[in-house]
Amino acid sequence: MDQDQKLSILADAAKYDASCASSGAKRRDSRSGAGVGSAGGAGICHSYTPDGRCVSLLKVLLTNVCLYDCHYCINRRSSEVQRARFTPEEVVDLTLSFYKRNYIEGLFLSSGIVRSADYTMEMVIEVARQLRDVHDFRGYIHLKTIPEASQELIELAGKYADRISINIELPSQEGLDRFAPEKNLERTQDAMGGIRQRIVEGRSERKAGRAASTRTARGRQAPAVYANGQSTQMIVGADRSDDAAILQRADHLYRGYELRRVYYSAFSPIPSSSTILPSKAPPLVREHRLYQADWLLRFYGFDVGELTAADSLDGGHLDLDIDPKLAWALRHRQLFPIDLNRADRESLLRVPGLGVRSVQRILQLRRWQAVRYEDLRKLRVSLEKVLPFVIVADHHPARQGLDDENLRARFAPPPEQLEFDFGRHNAAAGAALHHAPQATELKQARVSAHSGEL
Amino acid sequence: MERAVGNSDFRIHDFATWRTRARFLLHTGVAPAEAIWEDSESSEQDLFANLAVTQTEQPDAAADTQQWLISAEFLRLAETVSCHRDPMRWSLLYRVLWRLTRGGEKHLLKLSTDNDIRRLQGMAKQISRDLHKMHAFVRFQKTGDCAETGREQFVAWFEPDHFIVRFAAPFFRKRFTSMDWSILTPDECMHWRGSKLSFTDGVPREQAPSGGELDDLWRTYYRSIFNPSRLKLQAMQSEMPKKYWKNLPEAELIEELTAEANNRRDAMITRQAVEPKPRPKNAYLESLGEGAGAGVEDERSL
Ligand code: SF4
Repeated sequence: MDQDQKLSILADAAKYDASCASSGAKRRDSRSGAGVGSAGGAGICHSYTPDGRCVSLLKVLLTNVCLYDCHYCINRRSSEVQRARFTPEEVVDLTLSFYKRNYIEGLFLSSGIVRSADYTMEMVIEVARQLRDVHDFRGYIHLKTIPEASQELIELAGKYADRISINIELPSQEGLDRFAPEKNLERTQDAMGGIRQRIVEGRSERKAGRAASTRTARGRQAPAVYANGQSTQMIVGADRSDDAAILQRADHLYRGYELRRVYYSAFSPIPSSSTILPSKAPPLVREHRLYQADWLLRFYGFDVGELTAADSLDGGHLDLDIDPKLAWALRHRQLFPIDLNRADRESLLRVPGLGVRSVQRILQLRRWQAVRYEDLRKLRVSLEKVLPFVIVADHHPARQGLDDENLRARFAPPPEQLEFDFGRHNAAAGAALHHAPQATELKQARVSAHSGEL
Repeated sequence: MERAVGNSDFRIHDFATWRTRARFLLHTGVAPAEAIWEDSESSEQDLFANLAVTQTEQPDAAADTQQWLISAEFLRLAETVSCHRDPMRWSLLYRVLWRLTRGGEKHLLKLSTDNDIRRLQGMAKQISRDLHKMHAFVRFQKTGDCAETGREQFVAWFEPDHFIVRFAAPFFRKRFTSMDWSILTPDECMHWRGSKLSFTDGVPREQAPSGGELDDLWRTYYRSIFNPSRLKLQAMQSEMPKKYWKNLPEAELIEELTAEANNRRDAMITRQAVEPKPRPKNAYLESLGEGAGAGVEDERSL
């Protein structure tokens, strides 16, 4: 099998993993003349495929042969796809060749499980080791690790990779039992705990290192330990878990395991699908609402319970028709209208249609002048969404507007629009889809496809 | 008397010349409405040819003693905006500079709804997007190895919206230090040979090589990583607008991938689902414990 065929099989096998972030790496470059590449900062999307996803990393599997039988996965042992296997050298070579042409930021390597978890992990790590130790590669590396692999190997992965991840796949053991019978929630969370440990240690080692020797004038050197973050993915719509269960699991992981990012992936039709899987894929808009809710948890001060409250229309599910912040506001109309000239930051963040950046600008503006209707227009916020909920110097919403039974209907799109382009995002922002947000990124209001101004 | 127009010395072509000129005008007290800025790239000379002369030669003594403190924030913004292709940028920058200093509006930059500031910030955003896209979409092609140094040599062609080549340089220099490369653009070209960046005049497209030796493999990757079940063309185009497509080797696949996406998805949905295979004999799988794999059996008996 030639390189081209292998690449096509092993990239195809990797594409269902939503993660593509290449941000948040420890800053480094090769300006001293040694090494290949650089990383750090926001990461770059080097291309976009017609599914709207960014191409940032060479995302491939080492092999798509797998012992496990996860029913949503194209690579499970029961699947009838063609199998292939790269040698570590082949992946190293591809990564470097693509990198030098500025096609990619680095490598995202994962693998089907062959022989055993440890054996597989060793192969995956060998690729990263060659890239770092043999070629002094300073670009981005993301390794997918296997929860069943030994702790030493996970640590070794963290030595070479900027990001390590383990997919939690489904929010409950019950779901795993049915759809990923070899996987175990507890083992996965234990392994995440191990990774967290490594990241924290790495951070303090770096701090100590930095104190001991100041950075040389010759640029930023390669760090001794790369790992700087972990992420995970949950499959949406395969099992019966509702959005509340998914968000609770995500929240738990964010709080307990220093996760940079939880990815939500609506399971999508695959060739050679399993009889165990539901025949109908969930609407993609569900995934989008989950990302919005995730954003609200992390950057807007919301609790899971507020977003999927029992008093919401859909019980444990997010409202598919309108964004979760608007849905929350409509359930709490008594808290509005909010005076944009007086309210504190937390309250402003709760106004539908005001994103983190707009809030920042309003706070700045009102130190010097009263915020008026015209200012809102110029800030390019969605007036339709914002106005019913706010007071500004020359606008006071009619109380009956806020109490109007039909207020929700004004925002909910007619059903046929639902599937259409809900992934729209701030096109003017320079940054890309799926980036893990950095604090600075948010400050600059680079908006991911999955956030938008809420 | 000096004329700001018609004298090539005062045609502003970069941030440094603007800065020198702006400092002079500010100190001499020339109000923004009276100062005329001509961009070296635009040919609006005729338009201004008959306009009145702008300021006196002798700096106003009183004004000159005043030291204007200019914030680093404004200078950064001004430097960014100076890359913009809009010929009006110089006068806009001067007006804002004036308002910040003589105008007494020290906090002006904080007023994101002021019309001048909105325009400046809008331009800065366009520059930063252009820069970001240049970092992202430059595609190097290997042209050979240097006979003397053995270093790999690469060339790329790119068409930025604004004058950002020098702005983009540090990224490429830090990342691709160990290779020799040139990035050719219609405005200006830059070259790295391992120790120093050099710049030459812009060139036409024909001077750049086309068709890299790795393009096919890259297209294979692009084709395979695309998921036909999730077609979202608009999301893609807002991040990778059509104007870039002609210089991206993978973009020639977009039409084809889009056209066949729905058929591919439907074929996946209608294809016969596959029964789970029983668990193979494997020591490792057995070590995972009793529960693992049992689920399959349960489901099948349902
Ligand atoms: S372990 Fe499960 S999800 Fe991973 S490749 Fe194998 S079958 Fe797919």
